[in-house]
Order: sequence, then C-alpha cells, then structure tokens
Amino acid sequence: MNKISIQNLNLFYGSFQALKSLSMDFQENEITALIGPSGCGKSTLLKSLNRMNDLVSSCKITGQVLLDNEDIYGTMNVNLLRKRVGMVFQKPNPFPMSIYDNIAFGPRTYGIRAKMRLDDIVEKALTSAAIWDETRDRLKKSALSLSGGQQQRLCLARALAVAPEVLLMDEPTSALDPISTLKIEELLNALKRDYTIIIVTHNMQQAARISDKTAFFLIDEMIEYGSADQIFSLPKDKRTEDYITGRFG
Amino acid sequence: MKIVFFIAAWVAILCVALICVFLLANGLPAIGEIGPLNFLLGTKWKPGNDLYGIAPMIVGSVYVTAGAVLIGAPIGIITAVYMAQFAGVRLQKLLRSAVALMAGIPSVIYGFFGLVVLVPVLRNLFGTGKSVLTASILLGMMILPTIISLAESAIRAVPKSYYEGALALGASAERSAFFAVLPAAKSGILAAVVLGIGRAVGETMAVVMVAGNQEIIPNGLFSGVRTMTANIVLEMGYAAGLHKDALIATAAVLFVFILIINFLLSLLKGQEAQ
Ligand SMILES: Nc1ncnc2c1ncn2[C@@H]1O[C@H](COP(=O)(O)OP(=O)(O)O)[C@@H](O)[C@H]1O
Ligand SMILES: [Mg+2]
Repeated sequence: MNKISIQNLNLFYGSFQALKSLSMDFQENEITALIGPSGCGKSTLLKSLNRMNDLVSSCKITGQVLLDNEDIYGTMNVNLLRKRVGMVFQKPNPFPMSIYDNIAFGPRTYGIRAKMRLDDIVEKALTSAAIWDETRDRLKKSALSLSGGQQQRLCLARALAVAPEVLLMDEPTSALDPISTLKIEELLNALKRDYTIIIVTHNMQQAARISDKTAFFLIDEMIEYGSADQIFSLPKDKRTEDYITGRFG
Repeated sequence: MKIVFFIAAWVAILCVALICVFLLANGLPAIGEIGPLNFLLGTKWKPGNDLYGIAPMIVGSVYVTAGAVLIGAPIGIITAVYMAQFAGVRLQKLLRSAVALMAGIPSVIYGFFGLVVLVPVLRNLFGTGKSVLTASILLGMMILPTIISLAESAIRAVPKSYYEGALALGASAERSAFFAVLPAAKSGILAAVVLGIGRAVGETMAVVMVAGNQEIIPNGLFSGVRTMTANIVLEMGYAAGLHKDALIATAAVLFVFILIINFLLSLLKGQEAQ
C-alpha cells in the first residue's frame, strides 16, 4: 500500500531549484533507500516529507505530498505530521539531559505524564532500538555519556517513542563505526514490519543490503526507481550503473 | 612594550587589592568595636545612640534583590528566547539596540523614572509608593539588559540540532525552545541571572530614590526599605568617627556579597567550559 505519495513536487531555495517535478510513492512496511551524489537533493526530499524545510525561509514548494492520501502541505497540523513522520538525523543529536528524559520528551509533548506509562514507553522504545540492555541501569545518566553508536540508537528510540508511522533517516550511520552500523541495519530490518522507512545513504552496500526499493538521484532529478534487486543488478539507466559501480559520485 | 602590558595588567589587580585593604583596615576594627554579632545581627541602626546593627539593611538588600530577580529574570529570559529563536531580523535589531540603550541609561535616570512614574502609580494602587515592591520593580527593569544580552548569547550558542530534534518529534516551536534549547543553555542563563543579582545588590542611586530608606526590617512588600548601599550613601556625607567606620564596615559586608556572587559566577563558567 502507498504510505506516502509525492506528486509533481518542485522545491526551490530562493531561485535555486533543488527538486524538479518529482513524483514517486513510498510503500508501507518497506525500506526505501535514496542514493545519489552529494547535493542532489536527498536530504531536501527527506525534509520535505516532515516539513522540516519550513525552517528554511527561502524554501518554496509546489506540488503535493500525500500521507495516507492527505496533503501534508494542506490543512494538516504540522506538529501532528511530525509525530506521524519521525526523523533520525545524520549526526546523533540527543538532548543534553538524561537518557530517560530524552525518550520521554516526545510522549510528554503529547501530554503523557503518568510515571508508570512513561516508564513503559521508555522501556519499549529502548528495547525496539536494541539499546535497553546497555541503558537500563543508567537511565538517569546524561545521554551525552553514551558512545556515538549508542547515541544514534537512542535517537532512534526517541523517535519511536512517539509511535510514528513513517521513519525518515538521513545517513544515520555515516558517523558510526562498522559494528554500530550493522546494529542499526539489523534494527531497521526488524522495524519495517511496523513502520515505513525511508533512508538516505551514501553507502551502496548498505542500500543493497537493507532496502526493498532504491531510488537514484542526480543533480535535481530522480533518474531511476525500482526494487533494490533490479537497481543493483540490472540498472536500466547508464547513469545509475555508472554510479553504483563507483564511476562517479 | 612588554612593560606597558605588565603595568596595565597590574593596575587592575592593584585596584582590587587596595579596595580590599581599605575596606578591611577601616571596617574590621569598627566591627570589632561594635561586636560582630551586634553589627551583623543587630536590628537597631541609631548612630546617635551608638547602635550600629545592619541586619535591616542586609535583609533589605536581600529582599529588593530577590524581588528584582523574580521580576527581571523571567522577563529577561523570555525576551532572550524570543530574540534568539523567533524574532525576525528587523525586530532583533530593534530589540538589541533597545537593550543596549537600557544598559547605558545612568541609574539616576532610572531613579527619576521610578520617583515620577512608579511611586505615584504604586501609591494609588497599594497606599504606599516607596517600598520593597517599588524598588524591586525598578531594579528588575535595570537588570534586564544584563540578563537579556547574556542569556541571548547563551541560547544562541546551543546547537541548532537540539531545536530541530525537538521539532522533528512533533513538539511545537515554543515547547522546543523552552524544553529542549533552554535546558541546554542552563549554565549560561544562570550566569546571566547571577550577574543580574550582582548588579541589583550593588545598585545605589535608583534604589535610594524609590525605597523609602527607613532603617527597619521590612515587614512586607509595601514596607519601606533601606539597602546596604543606600545606608552608606545616605550617611557618608556627615558621618564621623565610629559612625563613619561602621559605614565602611557596611561596605565591606557588601563587598563580601559581591565576592560570593563572583565565586558562583566562576563556578558556572567552569561548568559551561566542560
Ligand atoms: N537551506 C538551504 N538553502 C539553500 N540551498 C540549500 C539549502 N539546503 C540545501 N541546499 C542546496 O540544495 C541542494 C540539495 O542539497 P541536499 O538536499 O542537502 O543534498 P544531499 O542531501 O543530496 O547531499 C544543494 O545544492 C544544496 O546546496
Ligand atoms: Mg544530505
């Protein structure tokens, strides 16, 4: 089923066009990987799905982004949109507060105050992000005391704690060591049963390993979009082939 | 050139040292003569009867300073958040020059404003015009520029990623600013407040003009009050002998307050550096 459907999206930063008449769909319970050289608009695309682009005052958008058939740039409340479409950033960004308070930040935003309820949410979120065992004894410790890989899983847990439907991830492992990277990849595979996951990655092997569908971007356009198997074994476009075989980018 | 730097640097240090020596050399003997307990805890200040208890003035300084912080800190911090996170570029500029101007206004002008505007208004509202409340409001205004400018730079120093991280969880802009960004600027904001406290404790001219200056322990918000600074400036002109030394001893106590505040400040700075 289509979770998100982009229809004829154009995105401008001032007079610079970063995305050109883009139309594509994202399937529920699948991992879609966005690949392409730096500056081709992958992050921009991701941020237009949870309206983080609203923070850039020069950013103008035409076209539609439908979440469950509802235009997110229409009357939808932007905070509710971001609750439904969570995001994990490239650089881990835990808040400078305790591990517990990091996870509870989202639920508290939605008015959940009862300690039992919060305890439960925190444990579940940390467990889903495979970091419960490492943190259960130090929930009151600062989140900044965790390693980079742990911090990123904490950020994933923080995003999961508000029970989103979609997870956007912008190169979530680019700052991590190989072991942490593998952990996150395994996690995503397990999480896709419950979420729709869209991930930007620079790492071709990662895209091939974890994604169901892969979209290749160049400059300001989507060049090719198909199942990961097809993109990585039988790319239709010469430019896709050049990119995945490492001839540029 | 090296020698010029050397001398310039030592002038500052020498000034502090001389002030210390002056306060201690004149203040300590007076405190000894009056008796430390009689001096610090005595509630009667009657130089005519050789009674030199400064408890009313210590309490007075603490009251008006606390009042000033209760009024100035929330307003200042909220303004700082607004300037750092929400205000448009033009409004930011306007606010920034307003704050700079506020910081530059001489305290006697604040005092006049208090006397001519605040005192009559408060007298109409509550019966007494010159009071703890009046002094607190005026001092609260006077510490605003200190708190706003320091808190603003502390908030600006917080990485954008905290704000974005909170927004991405679906938090409103306000919740993100106050519950994700502000806690991250905690030590800088505390430092701003502590510096504001320092300004309030030391302020003299404006307070003298609106506080009433009765040498009693104030029994409420609407009671008149005399601060340590006011005590010194009001009587310095004609005091002599032990009376004069008792005033210098009052200054020494004030100096100790400032030392404590500076100590707190350096603790906070150390925390921030971590
Ligand atoms: N806030 C912004 N203001 C202006 N231009 C931007 C902004 N963010 C990104 N861009 C431009 O948009 C293009 C796409 O950027 P981005 O989406 O970050 O690419 P990617 O994530 O694929 O590396 C780049 O040319 C970049 O310079
Ligand atoms: Mg990017």
